Amino acid sequence: MDNPVIQLNGISKKYGDFTAVNDLDLSINKGEIFGLLGPNGAGKSTTILMLMGLTEPSSGSVSVCGINSTSKPIAVKKKVGYLPEDVGFYDDLSGLDNLIYTARLNGFDYSTAKEKAGELLERVGLGNDKNKKTGKYSKGMRQRLGLADVLIKNPEVIILDEPTTGIDPKGVIELLSLIKKLSVEQNITVLFSSHNLHQVQQVCDRVGIFVSGKILAEGNIKELSQKLFTHGMYLIELRIDSGDKSPIGSEELEKLLAPIEDIQKVSADNGLFQIECSSDISSSIAKKVIEADYKLNLLSKKEYGLDAIYNRYFEGGLSDD
Amino acid sequence: MISIATKQTNPFGVIVSKEISDTVKSWKFIIMVALVLLTCMGSLYAALDDFSAAIKGGSADDDFFFLKLYTHSNGTLPSFLVFISFLGPLLGISMGFDSINTEQNKGTLSRLLAQPIYRDYILNAKFLAALTILSYLFIGLSLQVLGFGLIFIGIPPTTDELMRIIIFSIVNIIYVGFWLNLSILFSVKFRQAATSALAGISVWLFFTIFYSMIVNLIAKGLAPVRFISENQMVSFQRFVQNLMRFNPGQLFNDVTTTLLRPSVRSLGPLTTEQTIGAIPNPLPLGQSLMLVWPQVVALIGGTLMFFAIAYTIFMRREIRSR
Repeated sequence: MDNPVIQLNGISKKYGDFTAVNDLDLSINKGEIFGLLGPNGAGKSTTILMLMGLTEPSSGSVSVCGINSTSKPIAVKKKVGYLPEDVGFYDDLSGLDNLIYTARLNGFDYSTAKEKAGELLERVGLGNDKNKKTGKYSKGMRQRLGLADVLIKNPEVIILDEPTTGIDPKGVIELLSLIKKLSVEQNITVLFSSHNLHQVQQVCDRVGIFVSGKILAEGNIKELSQKLFTHGMYLIELRIDSGDKSPIGSEELEKLLAPIEDIQKVSADNGLFQIECSSDISSSIAKKVIEADYKLNLLSKKEYGLDAIYNRYFEGGLSDD
Repeated sequence: MISIATKQTNPFGVIVSKEISDTVKSWKFIIMVALVLLTCMGSLYAALDDFSAAIKGGSADDDFFFLKLYTHSNGTLPSFLVFISFLGPLLGISMGFDSINTEQNKGTLSRLLAQPIYRDYILNAKFLAALTILSYLFIGLSLQVLGFGLIFIGIPPTTDELMRIIIFSIVNIIYVGFWLNLSILFSVKFRQAATSALAGISVWLFFTIFYSMIVNLIAKGLAPVRFISENQMVSFQRFVQNLMRFNPGQLFNDVTTTLLRPSVRSLGPLTTEQTIGAIPNPLPLGQSLMLVWPQVVALIGGTLMFFAIAYTIFMRREIRSR
């Protein structure tokens, strides 16, 4: 169902000669967890600032929940919770007091604010530390407090800018599952920006790959792989013992496997065959090899995730262009 | 009725009350207040030490016992007035120099701006909170001097004196507000709190120490020969005086001196013709006020100007986290 909560139409943001965001179109549906994946300096934060109405786009229009962010930022901020990158709290106040302050800025009276803040702190697992000053919080605790801070206004959309930076792996897993849980329970739309693809892969329904101000591709992981890979999604490695027969080469193997569909490339490397294919055909390959009376010593299958996509785009350069 | 009214929380009030409680609890403020209180007690002691000698009678100001408390000193320590004109700017600068940049450096500013509040609420609230505290402080100080005066002298102040003291406190607040706004402007402009504090203090030092020296130099260079007409001499003096009045401290001194010494009848040069036949009696409050009104307006104008500049910079700035 097409019900965009966040809608960007051809927005650009220029700082002098530098174009941070270039003619970006994006729509995010209700209840979705959208991952904005890109290296540092790709324009992710700038896009988020424009969504929140904290900076004006040079051209194009932004709307959140049907409200124009540029002309009516206050109405947008009532519905959107934003967790900035490297969020800060008032170090002299306790976690609870920090949350109460945010709640009161959103128009709650003191007793309601206190009640809500207490509930949310329990929810994000800071119930025991709520009276501790935030200056003494660890990085992971601060991010969880940040999440509570974002949720206290009962948002329809939450925007998290690099929420996992600087947290240990266990903390990341906890935070991500918390985000996922909250999104499902309360039907909150989440925009999650990160340069870490594993995290995006774990929680996001849909991902947009963002490089130098442009979305290169968007879709779920599977669609992305199909879009971005002219090569296969799977890599199957074989070691074949020819036994009494003459050793098999890569061309012979390709002929042998020819009846199987979806094979894209066969190559040999140091006695190890590598087969790129677009679907999981390891069992058919094994069958063919055995039927041809070869001994199969090793068969391993690698699935390309976002990892490979990411590497291909950010590290390997845009060789496909 | 009250409970219904408080149900709807006004974010602006929330920010102001948080800022006030933050400031009052901060070490910076406690140190400054301790300093101000200490000097005021000292100056009060200096005033009361030989108070009987000061009010012997003879000059027009001597009927105003209470005002003497603020201006008189036995010479060991400066008077209350001198202390305030010296420490007031410092207090103003200390209250404002880290107001915006610290929030930004701590990463709380972008979180604050993500809440449904207008951006100028933050700036306005910071200013209002600091000004509220300063108002309490200065009115408190003036009343403290008044109270001690009552105990030691034993004569209650006249209405005229009380009014002058109240207006004096208000002028104090305006003057400190001027420096407060200047330092808020620096805190918007400079990302580092230390830079902004230094900038504020150097402006203050420039005006308290160097400015009058520079004006004197200019005056010496431009001084006319001895044999000139009276009119030329007067206009030259006016010119020098107007140069001095670019110094906010000078404006403040003009105002407070006139308010606390009712016998002051002009802030510019007077010719002999003008003074001939004048009885040296004190001016009524209304006349004293008329005399200093331009100075007060100039101080308020400067305050508003700095605020407007800070406002323009702050409203148009893109706030990123840290």
